Amino acid sequence: MPIHYYIILAATLFCIGVIGVLTRRNAIIVFMCVELMLNAVNLMLVAFSKLHYGTYLKNGAMGASGIDGQMFVFFIMVVAAAEVSVGLAIIVMMYRNVHSVDINFLNRLKN
Amino acid sequence: MLNALLLMKQELAVVAIIFILLILKLGKDRSNVTFLNIVNTLLLLNVVAGFFWNSEGVLFNEMFRTNPLMILEKNILSLGTLIISMQSYSWLKTHKHVPEFYILLLSTLLGMFFMISGGNLLMFYLGLELSTIPLAAVANFDLTKRQSSEAAMKLIISSAFSSGLLLFGMSMLYGTTGTLIFSQLPAALNGSDLQIFAFVLLMAGFAFKISVVPFHLWTADVYEGAPVAVTSYLSVISKGAVLFVFVSVLYTVFKPLAGAWYNMLFLLSLLTIIIGNLFALRQDNFKRFLAFSSIAQVGFILIGISGSSQLGSTSVIYFVLIYIFSNLAAFGVVILVSAITGKESISDYKGFYKTNPVLAWILTIALFSLAGVPPTAGFFGKFFLLMAGAAKANWMLITIAALNMVISFYYYLRVVKAIFMDKNEQPIERVAMPLMPRLALYVCIIGIIATGLVSYVYDYIHSLTAPF
Repeated sequence: MPIHYYIILAATLFCIGVIGVLTRRNAIIVFMCVELMLNAVNLMLVAFSKLHYGTYLKNGAMGASGIDGQMFVFFIMVVAAAEVSVGLAIIVMMYRNVHSVDINFLNRLKN
Repeated sequence: MLNALLLMKQELAVVAIIFILLILKLGKDRSNVTFLNIVNTLLLLNVVAGFFWNSEGVLFNEMFRTNPLMILEKNILSLGTLIISMQSYSWLKTHKHVPEFYILLLSTLLGMFFMISGGNLLMFYLGLELSTIPLAAVANFDLTKRQSSEAAMKLIISSAFSSGLLLFGMSMLYGTTGTLIFSQLPAALNGSDLQIFAFVLLMAGFAFKISVVPFHLWTADVYEGAPVAVTSYLSVISKGAVLFVFVSVLYTVFKPLAGAWYNMLFLLSLLTIIIGNLFALRQDNFKRFLAFSSIAQVGFILIGISGSSQLGSTSVIYFVLIYIFSNLAAFGVVILVSAITGKESISDYKGFYKTNPVLAWILTIALFSLAGVPPTAGFFGKFFLLMAGAAKANWMLITIAALNMVISFYYYLRVVKAIFMDKNEQPIERVAMPLMPRLALYVCIIGIIATGLVSYVYDYIHSLTAPF
């Protein structure tokens, strides 16, 4: 399958994530949308990694082997998990102090 | 083996401190004062050790590289951390969770070290995340205050979003070049449209972290809500670390795209200076005021970067050093006053000179340095930045920047006027200065005056930076 399909899929997912972060007001859904963005990136990296592996097979030692892209994906997953765990802890703290997870309520800090 | 350990000496030192703190935390109960003394001694040792056993080299297939310039940058950051730690003595003395505070703070410092040393997009990304995720937890450190959790929420959402953008850019960069290693990227960059687009996304990620104008909206809220010590860490150390990396990445990895990023920097720096200044004019909360003033300062730094010469990278590192001293002196006074009286707005500082003459003078010198009044180092820093920017002969940019320096005088000196001239029925009462914050403030003042007048500092940095 040509690489375009993967790229279009990943870009679409990424855009949905971005739109979600910018428009949704529920903090948990905002975090889900950030996850969507990161997973779009993962898809893209794996697709590119396969692409570079193909050129590597064709050209022998000339191209990059394409392994580093797949490795990157694992690290993104780990970091995303860490980010969300801290984020959820902060949401819990916010719920205790504000009694809501709606980010529209976060307007105490305005002049 | 020993050589590999020596190459990573600063990272290992920070890891060692984190483990010592963990062991102390698990051991018998200690009073906060003993604990703070131990931590500050360890941080002091860390700063001192940073200046010895310097070596140069790469490790782990260029994942980690180090050279004297990076060691200097890390030393600047550890010095800043030590100063903040000493300044927050009064605040932490009565706090319940001191060990956790330092463990989280030092993990972010470790992340910044790896980010500076990273020679691979993966390593750079991991360092960046390690330096932002714990910071959000630290921003929530006044656990019962609503503002604090609000600030943490805004910080984690905006940093997660920006790292998403950064990663998307990185993945496209990987797709078009097939490599993640910094030293191989320049040869593979040909300026195709997809690469420019990837670079724009990367730039957006960076701009979020250093709060450049279209991406600055989180800055003021987070700075206002977070505890003051965390605010000063955010505005000085984490911003400084990202700036160091930004310069080195633009000047080495993205050198083939120099034409593209010059135009972007030109626009961003204009917007950043003007909007940062305009918003700083009308702030009354001291932390918000310093937040917008720091946005404006980053605009000046971007002008220095846009010069794309050796002078550019030298002046940026030099200015960050000065900025650390002057901003930390200002924040040090605010930390002390807010820990004891809880007052954080500029109108509270009216008549501050009557009750606290020493603190008033320290704050004044710091604000003079931030504004760029000649005998202080801030003047020389901004002068070199504008000199570097002028190398491109873009006179409009330099003129607007110079005009904005005049505007910035207005709001910095407004605070000085409030301190010295305005009358107040209930001025801030006399604030006691324990030994540690006093030492830290004196170090800042010496730094503000000495880095400007002793030309050795500038020459030393210049000898380490690489020509463009």
